[in-house]
Formats: sequence, structure tokens, C-alpha cells
Amino acid sequence: MKNNKATAHEPLFHIAKRDAVVWWKAWLIRLLALLAALIFAGVVTFFLTKENPLQIYATMFDGALGTARRRWSLGQNLAMLLCISLAVTPAFKMRFWNIGAEGQVLAGGLATTACMILLGDKLPSSVLLLVMVVTSILAGAIWALIPAFFKAHWNTNETLFTLMMNYIIMQLVSFFAYIWSVPKGSGQIGVINRSTQAGWLPKIGGQSYLLNIIIVAILTILMYIYLKYSKHGYEISVVGESENTARYIGINVKKVILRTLFLSGAVCGVAGLLLVAGTDHTITRDTAGGRGFTAILVSWLAKFNPLFMVVTSFLIVFLQKGATQISTKFGLNDSFSDIITGIIIFFIIGSEFFIQYTLKFRSFKKEANA
Amino acid sequence: MFSTLIAFLPRAVAQGIPLLYGSTGEILTEKSGHLNLGIPGIMYVGGISGVIGAFLYERAAGTAEVIVPALAILITLLSSLLGSLLMGLIYCFLTVTLRANQNVSGLALTTFGIGFGNFFGGSLIKITNSDVPSITLTNTSNIFRTPLPFASKLGWFGEVFLSYGFLAYLAIAIAIVAAIVLKKTRVGLHLRAVGENPATADAAGINVNRYKYVSTCLGSMIAGLGGLYYVIDYANGVWSNNAFGDRGWLAIALVIFAVWKPGFAVLGSILFGGLYIVHNYIPGLTFATQELFKMSPYVVTILVLIIISMRRRRENQPPAHLGLSYFREER
Amino acid sequence: MTAQPAIELRGITKTFGHVVANDNVNLEVNRGEILSILGENGSGKTTLMNMISGIYFPDHGSIFIDGQEVVIRSPKDAYRYRIGMVHQHFKLVDVFSAAENIALGLEDGEKFNLKKCAQRAQAISEQYGFEIDLGKKIYEMSVSEKQTVEIIKVLYRGADILILDEPTAVLTPQETQKLFAVLRRMRDDGKAIIIITHKLHEVLSLSDRVSVLCKGKYVGTVKTSETNENQLTEMMVGKKVTLNIGRSEPKDPQDRLVIKGLNCFNRAGVQILHDVSFSARSGEILGIAGIAGSGQRELLEAIAGLQHPASGEILYHNPKTGAIDNLRNKTPLQIRELGVRLSFVPEDRLGMGLVGNMDIVDNMMLRSYRKGKTAFLSRKQPKDLAESIIRQLEVVTPNASTPVRQLSGGNVQKVLVGREISSSPTVLMAAYPVRGLDINSSYIIYNLLNQQKERGVAVIFVGEDLDVLLELCDRILVIGSGYITGIVDARTTTKEEIGLLMTKAVSHETKGSEKGETDEKQ
Repeated sequence: MKNNKATAHEPLFHIAKRDAVVWWKAWLIRLLALLAALIFAGVVTFFLTKENPLQIYATMFDGALGTARRRWSLGQNLAMLLCISLAVTPAFKMRFWNIGAEGQVLAGGLATTACMILLGDKLPSSVLLLVMVVTSILAGAIWALIPAFFKAHWNTNETLFTLMMNYIIMQLVSFFAYIWSVPKGSGQIGVINRSTQAGWLPKIGGQSYLLNIIIVAILTILMYIYLKYSKHGYEISVVGESENTARYIGINVKKVILRTLFLSGAVCGVAGLLLVAGTDHTITRDTAGGRGFTAILVSWLAKFNPLFMVVTSFLIVFLQKGATQISTKFGLNDSFSDIITGIIIFFIIGSEFFIQYTLKFRSFKKEANA
Repeated sequence: MFSTLIAFLPRAVAQGIPLLYGSTGEILTEKSGHLNLGIPGIMYVGGISGVIGAFLYERAAGTAEVIVPALAILITLLSSLLGSLLMGLIYCFLTVTLRANQNVSGLALTTFGIGFGNFFGGSLIKITNSDVPSITLTNTSNIFRTPLPFASKLGWFGEVFLSYGFLAYLAIAIAIVAAIVLKKTRVGLHLRAVGENPATADAAGINVNRYKYVSTCLGSMIAGLGGLYYVIDYANGVWSNNAFGDRGWLAIALVIFAVWKPGFAVLGSILFGGLYIVHNYIPGLTFATQELFKMSPYVVTILVLIIISMRRRRENQPPAHLGLSYFREER
Repeated sequence: MTAQPAIELRGITKTFGHVVANDNVNLEVNRGEILSILGENGSGKTTLMNMISGIYFPDHGSIFIDGQEVVIRSPKDAYRYRIGMVHQHFKLVDVFSAAENIALGLEDGEKFNLKKCAQRAQAISEQYGFEIDLGKKIYEMSVSEKQTVEIIKVLYRGADILILDEPTAVLTPQETQKLFAVLRRMRDDGKAIIIITHKLHEVLSLSDRVSVLCKGKYVGTVKTSETNENQLTEMMVGKKVTLNIGRSEPKDPQDRLVIKGLNCFNRAGVQILHDVSFSARSGEILGIAGIAGSGQRELLEAIAGLQHPASGEILYHNPKTGAIDNLRNKTPLQIRELGVRLSFVPEDRLGMGLVGNMDIVDNMMLRSYRKGKTAFLSRKQPKDLAESIIRQLEVVTPNASTPVRQLSGGNVQKVLVGREISSSPTVLMAAYPVRGLDINSSYIIYNLLNQQKERGVAVIFVGEDLDVLLELCDRILVIGSGYITGIVDARTTTKEEIGLLMTKAVSHETKGSEKGETDEKQ
């Protein structure tokens, strides 16, 4: 009789952690989320353009894949995004939140620029290229190793540290942009070695993007093998999953952190090299173009699997290109693509919840017991 | 020398105010255990939403004489707050309710927010058929920028302390109120407990998720005002795409610099604002070295980050549960 | 004294899956009384108390407060009935002061005033004779101070039925005496106090009555004045149960691991192991008995190279070379490089021994992945090993590429033990290897340990079930509060003898802590 006071109301459902979802179910959930996102994005676009939704999707395809030039451009953008995503992945697998890829790419790019400008007329081209490769890799790696060193020794928060490192290198780039600016004082470096093309990466088959794409394709496979089949990759997984287990089997955690971030930064350095020496032949503070941040999404969406990253980075680049086309065709602003990308990522991030958790609805058995 | 200082200080403050809004908002959010990397995006949205509100009102009113100052302020503020509240809600839904990864959600929100800002900014620019790629809201801006009375009569004192629009004073007031709430009130105590140890807070009967939602959304709204201040006050009501730059990240840096204390953020914001523009006041700098000076806020932040991690003073650490989602049954 | 008990439990039953944690338990506590609840690890004491404090809900049975039947669904409900529990793991915010922690979560409708709250807490603290600085931060506090904060927190919320879950487990003898003085004062103040413990001398010196649980069952309640240690031990350990675990005679036991004078401190600077010396011999199972948290974990981790003892020696007698190596302060990798074949089944299976998100094959590699000169992994051998373990130990799993996290507790343990013995160790240490396992799986593990013993391995088995220790082991080392309190022959000893040794530590404890203090002064 006193019970009525104590009858706490039980919520309609409660959230419980799932054991595990079969892989195909997990991907089905993600696919559904993507579909829902595309529909939602279509609706948003419809309200802004009043166009036939099918027309909108067709425009996206056209924008991304419609012409040979667009396909090459998509390939180049995909390659660069994928390259940077590959770079951040080993660190993420280790649960080291490196959001400084943007800066590490710039560090590599800046090193490349320095070589091209300072050594362009002093070294034979093959030696010059070699020096560029080495310095850009080292520059990217050092930019990643600085926060890693403090993380390993004093557990300094790496998310915030790497974030700050981005802006330091951006200012350094701006600084050197004035030092090396053409014409003097403009703050623009302009195309480096336009006449001699010293330090420019060679074109393959007349396609200026092909070399980048090939290099990134090779990197993707190497990274996949490294993470899945090498002893280092295995150690990264163990440290990421449980530092206690790592200690138990005698892994030197500090060493793994430094080694992994060296690798992470080095690949970013390569991305910087490809961007500066391969395609842009110049550097600005926006050379990385936000890819350092987008790469985090790509890597995370692919569950840190380099092969899936090909798909997820394609998805993102496709969306960006497609949405840009929509904005051009329907007279919208360029930034439309960021909005669409954002919406779709929200949906996919949200869908992870349904893979990890399940909703358990109120059972009436419990009520009966009370 | 003195006159340079008098000229410098108000500029430093004006530069610092958006950062102060941003970091006060982010401190509240981080105190609940959420690292909101969406703050840069939220500040864009706060700015553009206010601009849209003001734009529509100015258009509806027609000429400058008809504009009611109170109404202009109200509409601009409310639309800005609404925009950033919605952004906060998106972030909360993803990270609190759906327990999604905070870094990924925040970065996506920033992508979205900056895109949103530039998209609607661009669209408005197109509507106005302007020659320059910007929208100018001089009338609304003038209302917001009205300095305190007597400012002009009090010489350097008025210049340094009284020459700002009300949003600047509001920023400092909010930071101080936030500091007091965090330190002195029950709500503040509970909020800090949620960010430090949600399981303990939960066991003490505190509604963890409600605290997370309220503090994060409130934090977003405060940060959004920083974006609004930048356009309407600092930039004289001129919106141009990407003009806000990387100030959002600087606001996050300021959170660390202020070791998660809004009171320190007030001073820190002026320092950061000063560092951001000090190159203009040092004679003999080349353009190149000016760029090096702009690096200083970030370098200072990293030094603070390193020092607090080496000293390991518990009071100065980030909230213990920062970046982790809380799931009761995982205790 | 009121006629009705402050709290009464009737026929409380609680099951978790197939495990019956409490089976038809009856209990009553009066106001102005201290009741001890005595039982071994896993006897269901904490589960029972959690039902009074609103953390679990009983399957059957009823709870009466002052004669009225009540339903307690949450800690909030418990507070409403003025029940307060001090958990073993403190629920405190580290960077807050004591006063802030006490004020946390209070919704008393008054304006928030930390000073006032601190004053009120101070008054409570003085009333009962606590010594505490309410402005001090939790992270600056010793364990006993933290406990004081927890108790004041409960009292502040007006509790007059107090439950303390193993409050002395973490205290020094002097601190324990202070706590007891406070508890007696509370009793005299008319509060009903329940204290969970398994230390007999404490039960006898503090409580008015003792209720004993054994393996989830209620054994009985006796008045402290009418009982003695032997009777309580008998009630607590129960009748000897014959398990029929085979046991062979050790063949030619030789010293394999000799520990001399090992002292070890935890991170907070508290001494966990005091001058521990013993030897583990080949072809023998050495059992380690003791109340949980008496230093077993630190001992095994020190041997495995995961703890850094302050002093002492861990000497390994290499059967192949005859060399004697000191393993102290070597890393696990260095130990392996010395040619020591040491296997370790840690207590924390998924947090240390295995990686939950990796599949069985990858978990097999944890120990062996470094093999081979190439930079690449070879999954061939681990895969074969995984498959043979699955077959031989009857691991229930869809296949070898299933993440370990998805297996049941018993199967997880089979994978772990299987891997550890696959490297043909010369020393095998296993901490609570059958905890949470069903009978069948337990016997598979016992058999594995026996096989290893017959192969000449020195096996160290940390256990909690005395019946198992008595039947499985050759010698049993008893550890109490970080001291070795005895080494007995498992074939001739009795449960009572071990039970007494486990709780005996008193004289050692006082002696040791004095020594510890002088150490600190130096």
C-alpha cells in the first residue's frame, strides 16, 4: 500500500551496449544512413533551387564525373585526401588524436618549396628531387614528432597541441611567402621555377595528376599491409586497444607512439611534396585546403581501414565536386558543398550509434515483479 | 609612446572580444566534458544568423530613420542566438545522445558551419547585387557600436575603457558571470562534477545528460555572439566571406591559455587580441616578420599546454572526462 | 531501543544469469547496534547491501524499515529511508574539496552556500570525532581521509542506517581503530550500522552481532559475546566439500623461482608487499590464499616485470643453463630475452591478458608476434594454435576469427590459459583463473594446471575458493595485508587453519606499519 509512493517511473526504453553486429549489418546501417542523408540533402537542395530532385542528383554526377577533366580533377583530389587520410590513420588506430595533419602537410610542402627555390638552380634535377623527398618527409615527421614527444613523456593533450601546430606552420608559410615573394613584397610566391621547371615532379603520359594518383595508390596498399600484416602495425593496434596489455607483453609504449607519429607525419610530408612539387608548384597557407581535417572524417568513417578509405574519400570528394556543380549550375554559392558534406557526415556519424548500441524497450515482466 | 598605447589598447580589446565570447562558450562546454571543435563553425553561424536577421529587418524597415534601435538589436541578437543554438543542438544530439566521437562531430560541425556562413553570406551578397563581395549593415552596426556616454569627453580613459559597443561589455560580463557560476553556485559545482567524473555525478542524483545539453547549447550561443560581435561591431557591419578567419581556433587556444577559467579568459583575450595585432604597432617590421608575430598566440598556448602537463597541478588540468562520452551501464 | 528492528530483510533472493548471488537471506539490524556481515569473497555480501542501498533490485523477498514494508529502487529512494552506503570504491570527484563533494547533488531547496554546508559538515564531524579538513582537495587525501568524507557525506544526508562495505580493507591498524571509535559513537547515538568485513578480529572487537553468509546462503546470526574465532571461521568457510580434483605427487621438486625480501609500494606510496619471501618449485602447484587485495596482484605483477619493487630479489633458476638471474626491475621483454619462460594469466583478462576487440588468432600472437626476423607477422602458427586450443579446450566460438570480447567468460579464460601454456613455460602464474567460470570450464582449467605441473612447471595459483586450493595445490602460501602469514602443506592443513592465517595479520600489521613509518622518516 505504501508502494505507490515508491513506484518510480521507468523510461519507455533504455540504451544498452550491443555485443557485436555482423559486419554486413553494420555496413547496411551505414548505407541506410547514407541514403537517408542523400535524400535529406536532396530535400534541402530542392528547397533552395526548386529543381527536380532527380535533376539535382544527376547534376552531382555530372559535376563529379561528367567530363574527362572533371574525372582527372576528382582523381587528384581523391588522391590527396586519401594520402592525408592514410597519414592520420596509424595515429588514430593508436588512439592518438592527431588533428595536425593540415600543419604536417604544410611543413612538408614548405620544405619542398624551400628546396625548389634555394636549390633549384644548384643541383641536377635527380639529386634535387631526392633532396626534396627526404626533406619534405623529415619536415612533416618533425612537425608530428614534437607533440608526440610531449605526449609520450608528459601526456600533454595531443588534440590541442597538434591543432595549435597547424597555425604556427601557417604563419611560417606566410612568413616565407614574403621572404620569397615574386614580385617582392606581394606575399605571393607564385609559380616556382616556371621556366626551368626545376623540382617539378615529372608528368606521366602527359597527365599532370597521374603521378600523384599512382603514388597514393601505392601508399594505400603499403599502408594496408603495414597496418594489417606488419609487427609494427600489430603493436599500434595493441597500444590503441589497451596500454595495459601492451605493457603486459613488453611493448615499449613511448617508442611506439614516437615511431607511429614519425610515420604519420612523414606521409603528410609526402602529401605536401605532391601538392607543391606535383600539382600546385607554389605554396600558400591554404595549400592543404582543410584536407587535414576532412581526412580525420575519411579515416574514421572507414574504420581506419585503408582500403575502405578509398571509398570514403571518394564519397567525400564526389560530394564536394557534385555540390560545387549544383551551386554553379543553379547559381548557388560555392560553400554549398560544405553544407551538403556536413549534413551527410552528421548522418553517418549518427548511424554509428545504432551499430554500437541498441534500444531496449520497457519489458512488462519487471513491472509484474514490482 | 603613450599615445601609441592608447591607440593600441582599444584595438587589442576589440580583437579580443570575439575570442572571449568563443572561449567562454567553449569553457562552459568543456566543463561538461565535451571538447567542441565545432566552435569555429558555430561562430560563423552566430555571425551570419545575426547578419540575416539584421539584413531582413533593415530591408523591411527601408530607410535608416524608421529603424527602431531596440528592435534592431533584439532581432539581430535573437536570430544570432537561434542560429548558434541550433548548431549546439546538432552537436549535443550527436555527442550526448548518440555518443558519437566528439572530435569527428566537432570537425564536421565546423565544416558545416563555415559552409553555412559563407553560403548564406554569398547568397545575401548576390541578392544585394553589390559590386564588392560583402554586405554592409551600417545602420544596425551603428546602433550596436554606440559607445558609452562621456567616452569622448574623458580623454584617454574614455578611449580605453568606454569606447566600445555594448556587446564588448556583455562579453566581459558573461565571462565574469560564468566564472562566478562555475565557482560559487550549485549549478557550477554540478557542472564541474559532470565533466570530471560523470559516474559520481550520476550517483549523486545529477542529471548528467541535461547538464551536458544545457551547458553545451549555452556555450554555443555565447560563442555565436563572438561571431556576431565580429561582423556587426568590429567589422562595422560588413560581412565578407571567410573574413572571420581562424579566430574560432584561437578561441579554443584561449581556453587552454586561461586554464579553463573564464576570469582568466578576459585578460587572456586582450592579450591574444594584442598579440594578434601588435605587429602593426611595432615600428620597423617587414611584412614577413609581421607574419611571425601573428604566430605568437599559438606559441604561447603550446607553452601553456606543455607547462600544465609537466607541472601536473590537478586544478589546471583539462576536465578529467573531456572528450569521452558517458554511458551509465559501462561503469 | 525500539521494539522493531531499524531494517529487516526477509527471504531476499537475487540471481545474475545462472549465478545465485543471494539465496533466501534474512537479516535484521536494530537501532543502536552494529551488525557485522561476515563472509568470504563472492559470498554475496556486497550484492545484499547493494539491494538495500537501491543499486540492485531483489528478485524475491521484502525489506522492512521500522516495521513498514518498503520498495527501494534507486539510491535516491534509499536516502529517503535514511539509508546511506559507503562503497568500497569511493564516489568522489578528485579535484573537488571535501566540502564540495559533500554538497554535490544536494537539492535541499536552500540557497547554495558552501560555507554553511562546510560548517554543518564540520559539526557532524566534531559530533562523532572525525579528524578532517573540509577544505582539502580529495586528490591530496589519504585513503582514510577519503573514506571519512564518504561517511560524512552519508551522515550529512541524514542517514541513520549506515552500511560500510569493507571499510577497513584500505586502512592501517591505527586508522581502523579511529574508525571503530567513530562507529561506536554513532551506535551510542542510536544509529543502525552494518559493516561488511572478513576480518574476524574486527568483527569480535566491534560488532554486537554477526550474520554470516557462505556462497550466497544465509548461515546464521550469532551474538558476538557468545562466539569465538573458531566458530565464526567454521560458519564462514562452510563444511569441507570434496571436489575430486586429481592431484599427483610432485616429482623431484627443485627451486625454480626464489623470492627474497620483496617490498613493493603502490603509486600512492602505500606499501603493498612487506618483506615477502618464498620459493616456487618445479613440478609443484603453489597456491596463494588470501583476502582479495592483500597484495596478490602486485606480487605476480612484480614477478612478471610489471611492478617495480623497492627492494628484494626475484631469483629465477634456469633449468637449462643452471644460471640464476635476478628478475627484479626487468621489463617483461628483458625477462624473455634472458630465456625465462614465464607465463602469466592475469586477473584482468580482457584489460591485460587479451585484447577484446581482436580475434582469437591475433590474441594468440600477443606473446609470439616478435618471432622471426622479418618485419611482417606470420599468422600461420597462431592460427594453428588458435584452432588447436579451440579444439582441445572446447572453446565455444563461431570460428578463430571471432573477437574475444564476444566470447563468454569461460571461453575467454580458456583462450588465455591455452595461449599462456602453449609457450611451454617453466613458470606459470595464474591469478583467479576460474573466477566467474562454470563447473565444467573450471575443471578444464584445473586439469590444465595439473598437466603443467606434471610436465615439471612451477605453477603458482592464486585462488579464492579454499576447497579448490586444498585439493589442487601442493603447498599453500597465505598472504594477509601484504605479509606472508604462513606456508602450509595442502595435504595436511584444514580450511580453518587457512582461514585463521588469512585474517591473522594483526600482530604483523602493527609491527609492520611501525616499520613502514620509520622507513618514511628516513
